[in-house]
Amino acid sequence: MTVEPEIVLEARNITKRFPGVVANENVSLKLYRGEVLALLGENGAGKTTLMNILYGLYHQDSGEVLIRGEPVRISSPSESIKRGIGMVHQHFMLVPVFTVAENIILGAETSKGPFLDLKVARQRIRELSRQYHLDVDPDAYVKDLSVGQQQRVEIIKALYRNADILILDEPTAVLTPQETEELFAIIRSLTARGASVIFISHKLKEALAIADRIVVLRRGRVVGETTPREATERSLAEMMVGRSVMLEVEKGEAHPGAPVLTLENVTVLDDRGQQVVNGVSLEVHAGEILGIAGVQGNGQTELVEAITGLRPVHSGRVRINGRDVTNASPRRISEIGCVHVPEDRQEDGLVLTYSVADNLVLNIYYAPPFAHGVVRDDRAILNHANRLIERYDVRTPSPLTLVSALSGGNKQKVIIARELSREGRLLIAAQPTRGIDVGSIEFIHQQIIAERDRGAAVLLVSAELDEIMALSDRIAVMYHGRIVATMPAARATREELGLLMAGAQPSNVVQEPATDGHAPVSVQRRGV
Amino acid sequence: MQITDTLARPSVARLPWVTIGVWGGLAILVLVAYARAPQATTAVLTSTIRQSTPIILGALAGIMCERSGVINIGIEGMMLIAAFLGFMFNVWTGDLLLATMGALLVGAAVGAFHALMSITLKVDQIIAGTVINILAVGLTGYFYQQGLTTRGKLTPVSIPVLADIPIIGPVFFSNPPITYASLVLIVVIHVLLFRTVWGLRTRAVGEHPAAADTVGIAVNRVRYINVIIGGMLAGLAGGFLTLESVGSFERNMTNGRGFVSLAVMIFGKWTPFGAWGGSLLFGFANALQSQIQFLKNQLPPWLAWIGDLPPQFIGMLPYVLTIAVLAGFVGRARPPAAIGKVYEKE
Repeated sequence: MTVEPEIVLEARNITKRFPGVVANENVSLKLYRGEVLALLGENGAGKTTLMNILYGLYHQDSGEVLIRGEPVRISSPSESIKRGIGMVHQHFMLVPVFTVAENIILGAETSKGPFLDLKVARQRIRELSRQYHLDVDPDAYVKDLSVGQQQRVEIIKALYRNADILILDEPTAVLTPQETEELFAIIRSLTARGASVIFISHKLKEALAIADRIVVLRRGRVVGETTPREATERSLAEMMVGRSVMLEVEKGEAHPGAPVLTLENVTVLDDRGQQVVNGVSLEVHAGEILGIAGVQGNGQTELVEAITGLRPVHSGRVRINGRDVTNASPRRISEIGCVHVPEDRQEDGLVLTYSVADNLVLNIYYAPPFAHGVVRDDRAILNHANRLIERYDVRTPSPLTLVSALSGGNKQKVIIARELSREGRLLIAAQPTRGIDVGSIEFIHQQIIAERDRGAAVLLVSAELDEIMALSDRIAVMYHGRIVATMPAARATREELGLLMAGAQPSNVVQEPATDGHAPVSVQRRGV
Repeated sequence: MQITDTLARPSVARLPWVTIGVWGGLAILVLVAYARAPQATTAVLTSTIRQSTPIILGALAGIMCERSGVINIGIEGMMLIAAFLGFMFNVWTGDLLLATMGALLVGAAVGAFHALMSITLKVDQIIAGTVINILAVGLTGYFYQQGLTTRGKLTPVSIPVLADIPIIGPVFFSNPPITYASLVLIVVIHVLLFRTVWGLRTRAVGEHPAAADTVGIAVNRVRYINVIIGGMLAGLAGGFLTLESVGSFERNMTNGRGFVSLAVMIFGKWTPFGAWGGSLLFGFANALQSQIQFLKNQLPPWLAWIGDLPPQFIGMLPYVLTIAVLAGFVGRARPPAAIGKVYEKE
């Protein structure tokens, strides 16, 4: 690099405690002008806490922050904005019913007296868009934009405030692979113009692809610093987790049997009455994993809720094992042999104020041996809990601990234990590893494959393309409520799936005649 | 997948034909009625404006609070307390201007109380509003003594020339001050919400407070100020009742107007002009109801049966209409997204 390495931002020995946990302990890092620094770590490693300190949302207990060599005390976001720090939050901070321009100027409005002056703002937004190739229409409503476009709005929002230090918190979590590439191009054009970027992620590939330097956090401490040239995915994963991990999932050949789940032209409405699942037909066979790939918000959530009886099926048929369970009660569907790992473990998967033991019988508490008539059998429930905690490696102080006290990975293991221990015929797993540590992900993946090998049909819904590709035997891509393509996993490529997820017409998808009975490459045209 | 109705800004695109049709039809109806019964028509229309005044003021109060994300079902109580104290100021000082200011200040104070409960103390906002409503009935009922007299009430001021235009003149340009103020306030609050920096921030705080916070807007401060402004508007509505409309205080005289205001606010999808439309509808039903009782004997033969209905039934008209309108015509109204939620930094 020919640019002299000027330090624009430095954190020295930052410590931040929350009741019961040390989120950051003696964290120090430097950010040079014009570089991309990847901050890598598992959920709960303290990345977001550190960034919130730099952005003025929290204040550190000890340690200091220096901006361009000058010690500063950042007590509020407006102060960090003034000092040139811009942050793109993981959950976008945009008002959906406002236009792009209104969102960008909010808090830094251009005005004539008390009145808004959007003309000047639009002008500047257009200039910035041109300069950094961030193509957005200032008059579009944010709710009408794709996630990738919304992210650009966030970036412009920071640039509009003259930020030259940009913090991107898990920016690729909601993007398709193509959108991620575009984001990387934007990041490069930003650094080329002298901006510095902190890129927070738990995805190893991305950190290796975009960063100049990588800092790894584990349990609130900096455990290593490296560069993409020196590091490999494996070495980074070990640094993050603190032990060696298996990145690839080992799985044998699938031996698909008869169809277990059959959907015929299923349509589902969302809470607002809009049709978000538009005529989905698919089959999941015993002994196979069908992965549904798609960017979040394309109807996957509603589809899963409809299959499991949590949301009415508007039209079409749902069959499990040949039995019509369209709009049957969740309990009936569960008793027929459908087990469900729901997408939102805090809201739908667990009762947070119950103990681990009680959570482990949520789906069977009413039947013997856990209940005799109306009386529950605490001993049976406790024995059951101890068994599952051991078998599924749930790290909890005791079965009577409130489940809310467990870490994300262990909460998810409680759900996995409860559902998989029933040995159902159909497993529906929605985002089974979202936001949990690499170690738990490894374990859960093994469990899902074990279910398949036992002969269960598995419907896997995930926004993580890597997960879909690693686990699935067949892959269906969902876009705008439709299955736009189905293909054997062996023939799928990231690029192709990414294009389909982004709504590209599946014209360049290989269309082959069905060679083996159960897994034809079927491609449906979307759009009416 | 997307929400079709846009709350943040009144939908301009859909307006023209439906609106022109509705207003054109109404204008023709008014002209026909005027040709047949000029006095009764003018009386009904004038009364419509007066009856709708407290409703639109209450609705504007609701809009200010709820656009910033604070539910306010205490408008009824705010009105009642301000009506009572406004009246008492009139009794004590005999100065109607001071009394009106008093009603505004009382409204602001009750608004501040609501803000304190729902923002700082994080009381459930529905409960905070209910507290105000119950408190208002109890306090005003306890302190009110019968037989208090005042030196009068606010009287109509005719605007020269304009007041002489048939129909429009007496309806719009011959009103007492608070009624004029309410008409001006509809425009002022529309501009405030949709054209000013303050309005943009208010709506942002009501839709996505975390987003507002991250760009340096003091969420709770914005909410406090808007709830207090809302309180002042509700106070003015109360002042209208005792200082302009009736001239004296009666127990529980708001008679559900605060709740009708809320209905009207929802009817108008949290926009001032939409709410005004709703208020006029309610005002019209009220005016019709009182005029029918006067005009029993003058009804044309095909409407004579209306004169035979028990007066209680006719008295129900405005409320029945409110229910019908809310249930049938509003469609899906989308409230500000963050409404009713206390904002706490994570």
